[in-house]
Order: sequence, then structure tokens, then C-alpha cells
Amino acid sequence: MDFRTSDPPVRTPLRNTMTTGLKIVVVGGFGVGKTTMVRSVSEIRPLSTEETMTQAGLGIDDASGVQTKSTTTVAFDFGRISLNDQMVLYLFGAPGQERFWFLWDRLFSGTLGAVVLVDVRRLADSWYAIDRLEHHGMPFIVARNNFDEPAHPLEKIREALDLSDDVPLIDCDARQRDSSKAVLIALVNHLHALSSARGVTR
Amino acid sequence: MISRRVASENPDRLYTVTGGRSHTDESSMDMVTLIVSECDPTPGMQSEHVKILQMCRQPMAVVEVSSELKLPISVVRILLCDLLDTGRITARHPPKAPAKAQLPNPEILEQVLVGLQNL
Repeated sequence: MDFRTSDPPVRTPLRNTMTTGLKIVVVGGFGVGKTTMVRSVSEIRPLSTEETMTQAGLGIDDASGVQTKSTTTVAFDFGRISLNDQMVLYLFGAPGQERFWFLWDRLFSGTLGAVVLVDVRRLADSWYAIDRLEHHGMPFIVARNNFDEPAHPLEKIREALDLSDDVPLIDCDARQRDSSKAVLIALVNHLHALSSARGVTR
Repeated sequence: MISRRVASENPDRLYTVTGGRSHTDESSMDMVTLIVSECDPTPGMQSEHVKILQMCRQPMAVVEVSSELKLPISVVRILLCDLLDTGRITARHPPKAPAKAQLPNPEILEQVLVGLQNL
């Protein structure tokens, strides 16, 4: 079992046998519960880090967004799950705002898949994330985070997000380990279904 | 991928195994590439290098090194490339990033699934 003491160790080392790091990204607006989800399944207290972007990285997609000579910093949280003796999964909680997507290719290429965490009060934040994931060809599922009893049926959310039928949409409570775990499993099942289907058509 | 047996050999050999990576390869160092020290710090070494060698006695992902050093990932990649070039660390790279719109290997996904179900 997992224990969370009030003063967790500075760092829990990985097993020496680990060879393969994998990535899954949880994308969502501020306060939607990304870090909460990462924390609920991570074997380490979530850590944070940042990446800086120089002028060259800005305005690639959007010429009107070119900034003056300055660097922009994007911060994100992450946690870790040791899957077995060789494989370790890193779970990133990433802000879905515009500047973050400029970093996608540099930081998140090779990501297995993404979870778009949705706050129904701020659906607009999710539209942008969904659009960008589609643009990057990154498979994803959508999870509605409910801190309270959901007020709308999921199908209403699907309509509001204009989400295609083949993208899984599920409910979750990011505070609950089992619920967050179920979200990750739903994502990996979805990826596996896509991957197998692709294999058949080849 | 570097086996444990190889990882315990001397740095000269490891330099060969890692292909003597140069700075131009730093983009190949993924956020989740696992870094392992191959030697102890020596006197006069740059302090960040000392910290990295101490932290990576057991495997540690680039992103964790970045978080611990409180330095941006791009800076950490350069520091790590210095150490990799001189055989002081080895890098265990993730499966090759699939091209755009390609999906991960189903076998990897199956292992991930089992790992998650066992949580």
C-alpha cells in the first residue's frame, strides 16, 4: 500500500532495472484538477519543472503572435508510476494555453496519448486543447472531472464539445485514485483499439 | 538500450556504446530518457555535473533531473550531453517516437495496461 507521510522523502529512486520511460499527458485549463489527478495515481509527490522558449519558438503557427525578444516559460507538473521492473510511466499535467502548444513537439513527441480533463463550467478551455491534439495527431480521450454530482448527462457534454463518437468520454473524480486509474486504463484501451485496428488494415 | 551488464563496465567502453554523442544530438534526449551515472564526481567538476552524477546513481528521467536542479529542460539537456559525451553517464532512451499520427506498439500498450491494472 501507499503511504503519504506529512514529510515525504525528497526523492524516491527508480529501480535499477528500469530501461524505458513512457509519457501520458493530462491537458486542461487552470484549476480543472490536472495536478490532483497526477497526485492521486503517482508514486511520488508531484514535481514541477519548466521549459523556456526563445523568440525562435514563438509564432510558428501564428504569425500575428510574434513577440519581442524575450523568453517565455511554461511550467508543468508531473508524477510517476512504475509499471513493472523495466517500464516507468511519467504522467504530465500540462496547461492547455496557447504558448504551451509551441512546446509540444520538443517535449511531448512520443507521448502515448492524452487525457483532456474537462471542467464543465469552462468548456471553452477544452475546445482549444482538443483542436491542438487533433492538429498534432495525438490520440486522446476526454474525462469530465466531477468534484460534485454532475449536472448534465455526458451526451450533452459530447454535443457541447462537438466531440466525434469515436473519442471516449467518461466521468471521473480526479481526487480518487481508483477513478484516475480508470481514466488512464480507458485511455490505454482506446490506444490499443486504435493501434490494433491500424495493424489490421495494414 | 543499455543492459545492466554493459552499464557496469568502464566509461571508455560506454563512450563507444553511446556512440560518442555530441551536442547536436541533444534533441534526441527525451524528457523521459533515463539517465544513469557511470562514475563518481571528481574534484573541480562543474557543480551541476556533480549533482547529476550523485542523483543518477539510480536511473532518473531527464525531467526529474530538471526538477531537482530547478533548471529548464533545455539547459539540463546540454549538461547531460556534456556528461554523455565523456562517458560519465549513460542514457536509456524511450521507444523511438512514432511519426505523427502513428500509434504506439500494441505490445507496449498491453504491458502498460497490466501495470496500471496492478496499481
